[in-house]
Amino acid sequence: MKVDTSKPLEYSTHENSNRIFGFWVFLGAEIALFATLFTVFFVLVNRFAEGPSGSELFEIGPVLIETFLLLTSSFTIGLAVHAMRHQYKRATLVFFGITLLMGLGFLGIEISEFVTYVHEGATLQTSAFLSSLFVLLGTHGAHVTFGFLWGSAIMIQLMREGINPATANKSFIFSLYWHFLDVVWIFIFSFVYLKGLM
Amino acid sequence: MNFDLEKFKVHGEPLIYGAMISIALVSIGIVVGLTVFKKWGWLWREWLTTVDHKRIGVMYILAALLMLFRGGIDALMMRLQTAAPEMKFLDAQHYNEVFTTHGLIMILFMAMPFIIGLMNVVVPLQIGARDVAFPRLNAVSFWLFFFGAMLLNISFVVGGSPDAGWSAYFPLASNQFSPTVGNNYYSLALQISGIGTLMTGVNFIVTILKMRAPGMKLMRMPMFTWSVLITNVIIVFAFPVLTVALALMMFDRLFGSQFFTMANGGMDMLWANLFWVWGHPEVYIVILPAFGIYSEIIATFSKKNLYGYTSMVASMLIISLLSFIVWAHHFYTMGQGVMVNGFFSISTMAIAVPTGVKIFNWLFTLRKGRISFTTPMLYSLAFIPIFTIGGVTGVMLAMASADYQYHNTMFLVAHFHYVLIPGAVFAVIAGFHYWFPKVFGFRLNERIGKHAFWWIIISFNVAFFPLFILGLMGMTRRMYTYSAETGFGPLNMISFAGALGLAIGFVILVYNIYWSTRYMPRDENGDPWDARTLEWATHSPIPEYNFAVVPKVKSRDAFWAMKHDKQPLFEEPITKIHMPSNTGKPFVLGVVFFFLGFFLVFSMWIPAIVAGVGVLIVLAAMSFERDHGFYIPADKVIKTEKKLGGGTV
Ligand code: HEM
Ligand SMILES: [Cu+2]
Repeated sequence: MKVDTSKPLEYSTHENSNRIFGFWVFLGAEIALFATLFTVFFVLVNRFAEGPSGSELFEIGPVLIETFLLLTSSFTIGLAVHAMRHQYKRATLVFFGITLLMGLGFLGIEISEFVTYVHEGATLQTSAFLSSLFVLLGTHGAHVTFGFLWGSAIMIQLMREGINPATANKSFIFSLYWHFLDVVWIFIFSFVYLKGLM
Repeated sequence: MNFDLEKFKVHGEPLIYGAMISIALVSIGIVVGLTVFKKWGWLWREWLTTVDHKRIGVMYILAALLMLFRGGIDALMMRLQTAAPEMKFLDAQHYNEVFTTHGLIMILFMAMPFIIGLMNVVVPLQIGARDVAFPRLNAVSFWLFFFGAMLLNISFVVGGSPDAGWSAYFPLASNQFSPTVGNNYYSLALQISGIGTLMTGVNFIVTILKMRAPGMKLMRMPMFTWSVLITNVIIVFAFPVLTVALALMMFDRLFGSQFFTMANGGMDMLWANLFWVWGHPEVYIVILPAFGIYSEIIATFSKKNLYGYTSMVASMLIISLLSFIVWAHHFYTMGQGVMVNGFFSISTMAIAVPTGVKIFNWLFTLRKGRISFTTPMLYSLAFIPIFTIGGVTGVMLAMASADYQYHNTMFLVAHFHYVLIPGAVFAVIAGFHYWFPKVFGFRLNERIGKHAFWWIIISFNVAFFPLFILGLMGMTRRMYTYSAETGFGPLNMISFAGALGLAIGFVILVYNIYWSTRYMPRDENGDPWDARTLEWATHSPIPEYNFAVVPKVKSRDAFWAMKHDKQPLFEEPITKIHMPSNTGKPFVLGVVFFFLGFFLVFSMWIPAIVAGVGVLIVLAAMSFERDHGFYIPADKVIKTEKKLGGGTV
């Protein structure tokens, strides 16, 4: 492994910079994936059948908290990467941990929202609108869940090995992923919730 | 949990019992063989855990050849069933299952993996790289493809195959009209192998963009590598659409969601659109690399550089863009407006222009060339006129108004076989003959190869040309039987004879592999065809590190320039070489995914959750692994090079 000290640690080997580039390509695929899901949602958004519509279902309160949590966590993961670049292991871990906890909070609220919907008789089976809503939100939520598990694995590695080219590379890629989920959420927030509430 | 054995059983039909027995016998045979010859350890160490792109490529090709025969037997059964009026060989349900699995297997588990196999073997060599960018991910891709394919294959004997066509249109593919688990298999098997393909896409884009030998600018890349790069970009943007479509299908079938239902707001046309937004680019995923293969072969065996290199690249780029905006030509007759049909009609016909450019470039490459008629060259030459027939009939189909006449008739079946067989099958066979000596160190026998060639080419036309006429006579597609009064009988019989001839041709081809392995003399210098590109600059068989010294590229066709213009390729001294180590985790991941898919097919939730957790555990194990590979010391490299002779030292 040739380490190039003129570059940030996460880019410092050939393999590392390939991984980051590869992850960008993968994010291209993720964009295509979410774009398709959004398209499906827009096609089906007015097909309520007998079920409730978005404006009957959505409440702005919890959604705002979700948005706040995810946006802030995108900021804290940025701080984690910043601390990592300065080799502050403790600070990196703390910000990483805060990020993941906020992700967990987000998930908790999302799940309780889903439970409320189902109690109000709005299930995956009720209408095409609800099917597409649950699958769009659920895919995002599943990504956050996966991110939580993945991030936890990286935190353990950071604790064990400290900040080295391998863990720095993983953390940086994780931060890209996490920012991406944030961007997707902003679209969900604007085009699903705000538009649905109108 | 109430365990109901009935739902796993497929009843009736001697065919199915036959298939069960043959699967059981082959499996027992393999297990016994491996045990008797003490090969388990060898299989595990050398193949199942390998991360070597060449071996992964070979495994892809083997699996694809296997699937060619599985899909081919399906084809023979269909042709036999329709060979004469009122045949009683297959019933309607089985005919449906057979044409569905035939289409699926041929495109997703034969043509595409064959191409991915060739690109695994060839691309790193063509760009002068030691490996792909992510060797372990490459193994993951392969095993996901492989176990996805196996999942689809067991459907014939466990629970029932998909039966709604390879395009699985809704509402036909819904629980209501396809009550067996067949379409569950469809959604899960394709999903698993599709994820593998997406990973291949990411891997090869990075490989080609980041791992090229010094001096190999983009416009110096061999044409096959170019075609692979463009193909993988299409993969990365098209496969996520399939992922979504299949997931929605799974939700509809397993969890009662309402995406494609007729009641409750669902929309069956949404499926058709999603399917073809992926499906049409998919056709180019299998055809563009074929163009790349033909370009290499035609240039090599004309002893000339490729005519119109820049326009070749440009036309591929244009085709790839257009491929994303023509999807609705698959359902002109399903009630969209005149404007929509007009748009898709014109964009479809536009594809003929860049394709025509390529055809003319190949012809100009041939012009005044010193042509040698080797087996791969024969396939390439045969491709040009046959593919042109396919293309011209494609333009006929592209006219929306005319399509109302031959939509869903045998004319369409003839058209797409005239495109896919020369465009994908002949290409991979040609590429197989061309690159075979690179991998194994000896050529396939030319005489037997040409024998197979003539069987295949002639039989192909006998099998498919009658279908154009049958289509115009009004024989619809996917019709399992017909009465004598229709007059379809004689032409169908001819077509069946052609299908048999094709089968004979493929058997001769495989026999050639066997014969050549035993009797062909071994190649001396790794360059049996006097070829032009870098993969021929190393030894055959290829040492595990590909190149002892990384080549320095100064022009297109760098190897040719080295041989004829005395441009040195290998200038650096030999140093130690870094290699990735083998790992069994990708294989295990494939197995776990297989079980996850299987349990979901049968809605067995608890085992499915266990398997899902298993997937996460394997992924975590991969993340925690710290294996930095190993170095082959310089003196060992030098020793190997001396032993192989020629080449770089
Ligand atoms: C080797 C000889 C082959 C024969 C004799 C053959 C025969 C057939 C026949 C008779 C059908 C129409 C079934 C029907 O509509 O009732 C069919 C469908 C099809 N074939 Fe082939 N085929 C062959 C090879 C291939 C290859 C190599 C590919 C792809 C690379 C392919 C792709 C398809 C597809 C996609 C369908 C449509 C399936 C559907 O309707 O769902 N075939 N084939
Ligand atoms: Cu198409």
